[in-house]
Amino acid sequence: MDKITKELLEQVAGLHEIPVGAYNIRKDGELYGRNVSANINIVTKTDKPGIDIIVKDNTVNESVHIPVIIAQSGLKEAVYNDFFIGENCDVTIIAGCGIHNGGKDASEHSGIHTFDVGKNSKVKYVEKHYGQGEGTGERIMNPQTNILLREGSYMEMDTVQIEGIDSTKRETRAKLMDDARLVIKEKIMTHDKQHAETDFSVDLDGVNSSADLVSRSVAKNESTQFFRSEINGNAECHGHSECDAIIMDSASVTALPALTANNVEASLIHEAAIGKIAGEQLIKLMTLGLSEEEAEKEIVAGFLK
Amino acid sequence: MLELKNVSYEVSDENDNKEILKDISFTIDERFVAITGPNGGGKSTLAKLVAGIIKPTSGRIYLDGKDITDLSITDRAKSGISFAFQQPVRFKGITVKDLIRFAVGHDISTTEACAYLSEVGLCAKDYINRELNASLSGGEAKRIEIAMTMARGTSLSIFDEPEAGIDLWSFQSLIKVFEHLHEKAGGSIIIISHQERILNIADKVIVLANGQIKDMGTRDAVLPGLLMDGPACEKLTEKM
Repeated sequence: MDKITKELLEQVAGLHEIPVGAYNIRKDGELYGRNVSANINIVTKTDKPGIDIIVKDNTVNESVHIPVIIAQSGLKEAVYNDFFIGENCDVTIIAGCGIHNGGKDASEHSGIHTFDVGKNSKVKYVEKHYGQGEGTGERIMNPQTNILLREGSYMEMDTVQIEGIDSTKRETRAKLMDDARLVIKEKIMTHDKQHAETDFSVDLDGVNSSADLVSRSVAKNESTQFFRSEINGNAECHGHSECDAIIMDSASVTALPALTANNVEASLIHEAAIGKIAGEQLIKLMTLGLSEEEAEKEIVAGFLK
Repeated sequence: MLELKNVSYEVSDENDNKEILKDISFTIDERFVAITGPNGGGKSTLAKLVAGIIKPTSGRIYLDGKDITDLSITDRAKSGISFAFQQPVRFKGITVKDLIRFAVGHDISTTEACAYLSEVGLCAKDYINRELNASLSGGEAKRIEIAMTMARGTSLSIFDEPEAGIDLWSFQSLIKVFEHLHEKAGGSIIIISHQERILNIADKVIVLANGQIKDMGTRDAVLPGLLMDGPACEKLTEKM
């Protein structure tokens, strides 16, 4: 494994070596490595780029790693990954994309992920986006996630983009059936002239379904962020969304929440806060001996932890 | 030793200049010094001037003979000043462990954190990974604020109304914290307080009213005059 691949894999998937269990590593548009397990099968799609990940009923305590690495400047790809999670499963899925752009052409990855989560299954989905490279070419990622949570299922999606992505548009669509629960935790940091857009849309169709969407972001320099979240309460359900942003320098952040209740028993809440780092937080850390720059760094790191 | 020489602090609004502190001079090298007086008398302003959060309009401030008037908050903290705020600051994502780490200046173990947190009646196991956010009660946040000052162990510590909001925890324990801090760090501890029980441990009492020093001296000299001052109406005395 070369140095760049190793670095990117470590950044996006926390991998130091080839992982245990099922995995599919895609590098520069091609299959770099794959392993399946007795319960988890991975099949290459025949009609378009991408894979099907099929998890058998009752698969518990297993993980799937599906990192994507782009080290070739100018590569543009759209990849379709479909997850079929059986019933009564408990699995962790670690996705993520790392781009190293050493050239002048834009590199772009659009990952379209579709989840069909079976009854009473539990899925933890971790997605990390990271860019590096000395080149002037843009690093672009546009992930799309479509989620269907069947009766009694649960999904937690942790999505992180804290460095090196010039432009991103992240769309997440979810449909929840009875007693299903979705938790999304998003963390974004943009700097320089980067742009990040988040677009959540969740339909709470099932009785006693619930969703909790939390986004924390930091916008530095001249970067711009746009946050949109939509929750539709179509049954007796609970929906909560929260957008909390720290704005610095000449950055710009827009939060556009939308809640629609189509049922009298739907209970929906949205909270949004955008502001600079509170002066008293800086002062407190400075009275502990930190410089203003150190205090700012710690406050941002804590906020995105 | 802390010395203030002719320190004044003014704020100006559209119409006029308001003097919050007028020509304050004193020297502190006693173990425990209490600053008391009516609300709005300038006590917290004085603490902020010493910590460097605000700068005096005129006058000089010396720490151990060195002029610190122009030093930043950070440099004053590094010179040996700690300041426990009246209203603890809340953060998002920063944990109790992080704050104690900043206070002591290096990574800490749970055992080490326990040494400070147990002083303020908190169990390190329960609190070390808690975020210092709005989920903590006022009393918990206040005790953590005191523990951080304890962890710094500098030669000068200032506590702004440490007893306010200390809920179930007792005054006796708070006084023990000051004693332990002094054993560990030496130097002086300045306590801004209205509480008679805290004034009772002070080696020196400074009474601030209307931005001026109204009285200053040993506890025995100052306290009798303070308690006789401005008797509360009967109704209030009954309820107290």
